[in-house]
Amino acid sequence: MNSEVLPGFTVGQILEAFWTTIQLTVFSAVGALILGTVLAAMRLAPVPMLNWIGTTYVNIVRNTPLTLIILFCSFGLAQTLGITLVDFQSATSIEDSNFRLAVLGFTVYTAAFVCETVRSGVNTIPLGQAEAARSLGLSFGQNLRVVLLPQAFRAVVAPLGSVLIALTKNTTIASAIGVAEAALLMKEMIENTAALITVGAIFAGGFILLTLPTGLFFGWLGKRLAVAQ
Amino acid sequence: MPSFPLRVAGAVALAIALPFAVSACGGGGGGDENSIVIGTKFDQPGLGLKNPDGKMSGFDVDVATYVAKELGYTPEQIEWKESPSGQRETLIQNDQVKMIAATYSITDARKEKVAFAGPYLVTGQSLLVKADNTDITGAESLQNNKKLCSVSGSTPAQRIKDKYPGVQLQQYDTYSACIEALKNGAVDAVTTDEVILAGYAAQTPNTFKIVGKPFSEENYGIGLKKDDTELCTKVTDALKKMESDGAWKEAWDKNLGPAGLAAPAPPTPAAC
Repeated sequence: MNSEVLPGFTVGQILEAFWTTIQLTVFSAVGALILGTVLAAMRLAPVPMLNWIGTTYVNIVRNTPLTLIILFCSFGLAQTLGITLVDFQSATSIEDSNFRLAVLGFTVYTAAFVCETVRSGVNTIPLGQAEAARSLGLSFGQNLRVVLLPQAFRAVVAPLGSVLIALTKNTTIASAIGVAEAALLMKEMIENTAALITVGAIFAGGFILLTLPTGLFFGWLGKRLAVAQ
Repeated sequence: MPSFPLRVAGAVALAIALPFAVSACGGGGGGDENSIVIGTKFDQPGLGLKNPDGKMSGFDVDVATYVAKELGYTPEQIEWKESPSGQRETLIQNDQVKMIAATYSITDARKEKVAFAGPYLVTGQSLLVKADNTDITGAESLQNNKKLCSVSGSTPAQRIKDKYPGVQLQQYDTYSACIEALKNGAVDAVTTDEVILAGYAAQTPNTFKIVGKPFSEENYGIGLKKDDTELCTKVTDALKKMESDGAWKEAWDKNLGPAGLAAPAPPTPAAC
């Protein structure tokens, strides 16, 4: 762990930075999955107002650059509105605040993509099933919970994997507001060693190690869970 | 007309692709006979700044212009190329620029990749606070959970983390973001090389002040291709001339004077 990769930088430091990347990814992925599913339900609901809210959210958020969303979390939410998500007096307030704001930003952004993915999954289910469920007396909520979403998720496991991979790589943007993840350590290493290609290769390799198995796992899971129709 | 959208798409694609094709011809190389490509920062007020009208200004720009003049190029023959910190070595190694004057600290790690002429400016890490701040008086007052801001991954940011563990560090991608955070009161001070801070302080006089003595030493040099001793000697001579004929002090007073920093004695450039 203490062996130096390049002068002044140890393997441990790199692993620590990637651990932050993983944490950012996991927390944001869980948040985005929940928010995205709620949004998908809104877009499918038989209530025009909810449809409108869901559609507007997706169209605004997925068309806004992620850097802008992350910077807004830091400057707009934390500095201007005072929503720092942390106790201002704590000794690690800046670090914690940045991390939580970044998770919030990634959640909000990725949820738009999760919503569209889940909705496309629902569209793979023959319309007759939803109609049959309604005629049996299931409410919209029951219909969604019992009939539609379980099948929809199984259909979109692989595309959700793609969204997760994109999220993993997107977390590098958190260095813009100072979250100590992989991209920030990369900047430090380039600044100190001026070895652009070596450092670039280390971090590209690190991300491939994270994302390639993710993709393979979700591909396998998708096949396993696929609904025969 | 089914082919209409396709034609429109084709036109759009062409409109996007053409400028790339043109710039691909114009962008490469370290300049032809009649021009010289110099790398500098485009976003550093007081040092290297591209103004809205397209003109360049700042201390680094003035130094580079003077050196170019000594090499036989008029200011019109200089082609400025933006050189962000992380790309400076690559730009020189790939011959995309002839030289770089961009708050470029001379360090051993960088010397392995490129050569340096200079130093033409000696500065050090310092602190910028709001004009009405009385808490922070210098590096020794950095205790008790003070909040500092610097650029992600930069040397000043790393120094704060290593040497002042009692301080909380906010890192942003740009100094402008740090200045904004300082204005908003989200951080107590911005820290980096004194001349960079001076550039920002000079932008909005009486809003900020630089406090304390610099607590590190940075030597700014002009980055050149490794082993180009001939060019290095010429640039060093130009720097020496600039310092002795008063142009150096003039450039300082013009660009950094408004921040209230008196011009120091210019450093002696090292031999190549």
